[in-house]
Amino acid sequence: MVEFTYVIKDEVGIHARPATLMVKLIKSLSSTVSVGKGGKSCNGTKLMQIMALGIKQGDEAHFTCEGENEAADAAALKDFLEKNL
Amino acid sequence: MKVYSGKSINGSVAVGKIFIYSKNSAAVKEKADDSALELSRYENASAAACEQLDELYQKALADAGVEAAGIFEFHRMMLEDDDYIDSVKEFISDNGYTAEMAVKSTGKKFAAMFAEMDDEYMRARSTDAKDVSDMLVSVLSGKSSRLNINEPVILAAEELTPGGAIQLDKSKLLGFVTDIGSDNSHTAILARSLDLPAVYDVKLPESCNGKMAILDGCKGELIIDPDSETLEKAKAILQKNEERRLQLHALKDLPAVTGDGRRIKLYANIAGPEDVADVLANGGEGVGLFRTEFLYMNNDDYPTEEEQFAAYKAVAEGMKGKEVIIRTLDIGADKQLDYMKMDNEVNPALGCRAIRICLTRPEIFRTQLRAILRASAYGNVSVMFPMIASLWEVREAKAMLEKCRQELLGEGIDIGCPRVGVMIETPAAVIISDMLAEEVDFFSIGTNDLTQYTLAADRQNPNLEKFVDTHNPAVLRMIRMTEENAHARGVSVAICGELGADMTLTEEFLAMGIDGLSVAPPKLLPLKEKVRSL
Repeated sequence: MVEFTYVIKDEVGIHARPATLMVKLIKSLSSTVSVGKGGKSCNGTKLMQIMALGIKQGDEAHFTCEGENEAADAAALKDFLEKNL
Repeated sequence: MKVYSGKSINGSVAVGKIFIYSKNSAAVKEKADDSALELSRYENASAAACEQLDELYQKALADAGVEAAGIFEFHRMMLEDDDYIDSVKEFISDNGYTAEMAVKSTGKKFAAMFAEMDDEYMRARSTDAKDVSDMLVSVLSGKSSRLNINEPVILAAEELTPGGAIQLDKSKLLGFVTDIGSDNSHTAILARSLDLPAVYDVKLPESCNGKMAILDGCKGELIIDPDSETLEKAKAILQKNEERRLQLHALKDLPAVTGDGRRIKLYANIAGPEDVADVLANGGEGVGLFRTEFLYMNNDDYPTEEEQFAAYKAVAEGMKGKEVIIRTLDIGADKQLDYMKMDNEVNPALGCRAIRICLTRPEIFRTQLRAILRASAYGNVSVMFPMIASLWEVREAKAMLEKCRQELLGEGIDIGCPRVGVMIETPAAVIISDMLAEEVDFFSIGTNDLTQYTLAADRQNPNLEKFVDTHNPAVLRMIRMTEENAHARGVSVAICGELGADMTLTEEFLAMGIDGLSVAPPKLLPLKEKVRSL
C-alpha cells in the first residue's frame, strides 16, 4: 500500500469539476484508492462521498493506493493533484 | 401545414420553432407492482440520460468551452455514482417505489446531504443533485423537461406556473402556447409583460417539438409547418410590427399629457433590477409596482437582508431619482413557496397571503422593511403594503416600519424617508378608503385581485372567464369610489393592475381623475400615445 497526503491549493477545494476528473482517473487505475480527510475516508470511485468530505483549500487530503501497480498509480494521482488541485 | 385554433391572450405574431416544455411537478406514482420492471426501466432511463448529458457536454464544449461543459460531465458522474445507483435501487426493491419515485427520493436525499454542508459552494451543489434527478425523472416519464434552448422558440406547455415561468430565459422566447390557461393566468401576465404573442386552449402533440410554426396572438391561432406563402405573409406582418415599434419609440421622451394639458404619471411594473433597462428604454417615469415576491421565488430559502438590499438599491439607483414603489411581499394564494412551509389551505385566495403573512411572521417582514429602508438612501423609494382589508393592518405595518427605522438609525445606517402607500385590491379597502387615506400618502389599485374579490370569481379558473369581467360596473364603481375618497384627502391614486393597460378604459380612468397608470414596460409607449390622443 502506498500512502500520501496532499494539501489542497485550489481556492474552492475539491469542487465538482476536479472531483469528476479525479473519480474518472481513479476508475481507470487498477489500484483500490481511498480518499480521506480528518478521520473520515471513502472509496475513491465514489463521487458523492468524496464531495461529502468537503475538502477545502488548505485541507490535508489523505490518499492510499493498493494493488499491483500501486506505486505507478499513486504517482499518476499525485501528478493529477498537482495539476488540478 | 396544420392549423390549431385556441384563444388569444396577447396579440402580435411570432415565427419560429416550437419547443414543448413539460414540467416535472406532474404527479409521480409512488408505488409499483413489479419492482423488477422498475429496475430495468431505471437502468434504461439512466443510460439514456447519460447519453443526453454527453450530447449536452459536447455541445457546450463547442459553444462555451471546457469549464462550462464540465457541469454536464459532473451530472453524468452523479448518475453513474455507485451510491446514487444503490440508493435508487434500494428505494425500488425495499420500498416498492416506482423508478420515478425512487429517483426523486434519491435526488432529494443527495440534495439534502449537500445542503447541510458548511461550505457555500458545496451547498450550491444541492441544486445539481436535484437537477440531474429531475432530468432522469423526465426521461422516465418520456418528457423533455430541460429548457436548454439555444435559439429563440415558441414555447408550448400544458400550463406555466409562476415558478416555471420565471426560470425562462426571456431573450429566447418568441411566444407562448398553452393548453390550460385563461386571460388572467400567469402565462397571460408574463406574455403581456414581455409583449409576446400568446394563445391558450391548444393541445399540441409531442411530435410538433422542433417544427417551424407561426403563432398569431391576435387570431388565437397556431400554424405548424406553414407553406411558403403563409410564411411570407407572417413575415410581412412582422415587418409591419417593427415599423410600428419605431413609430412608438419616437414618443419615448415626450410627456404623457392629454390634449387639455393634464399630465398623467406613466409608471412601470417590474420584478427586479433586470427590468430597469426596459422601463427606461420605454420612457417609464417611475416604477409603480416592484413585485418583490420574485426575489423570494427565485430562491431556495428566504432572501437575506443583504440580498434584498442589493436588489432594491440596484433598482433605486438604476431609476436615477425617479420614483420606485416597492411592494412588500405578496406571496400566498396562487404563489406558493416550499420553504415557507405554509399550511395547505382550502381557499388560498382568501387565506394567509401578502400582508397577512408579514403580520403573522414579523421576522420575514422586518428583514424586508430594513432592506427597503436602507435602499431608500440611494434613490426615490416608496413602500407599499398589499392586500389591505382593515385599518389596523396598515397601522401595524407602519408601526413595524417605524420600528425598523429607529433600529437602523440606532445602528448608524443611512436611510431615506420612503413615502407609504397601500394597494387597494379588496372591496373592504375600497369601502374604508376614506379611513385608509388618513394613514398613507398614496393608493395603488390592484385591479386583478380587486376584480376577483369584488365579483367573487376566481381569476385562475378558466371556466369562469366570462364572470371575471374587469369591465363590470361594480369594479369600475370601486375604482371611482377609491378615487373620490383619496382625492378628498389629498392622497394620489394610480392603477397598477392589468386594467391600467386596457386602453378602452384609459379615457374613463382619466375622466375619473386617476393620477397615474402603472403597466408592463412594453405597454408604456402605446399607452402614452393613447393619453396624448385624449
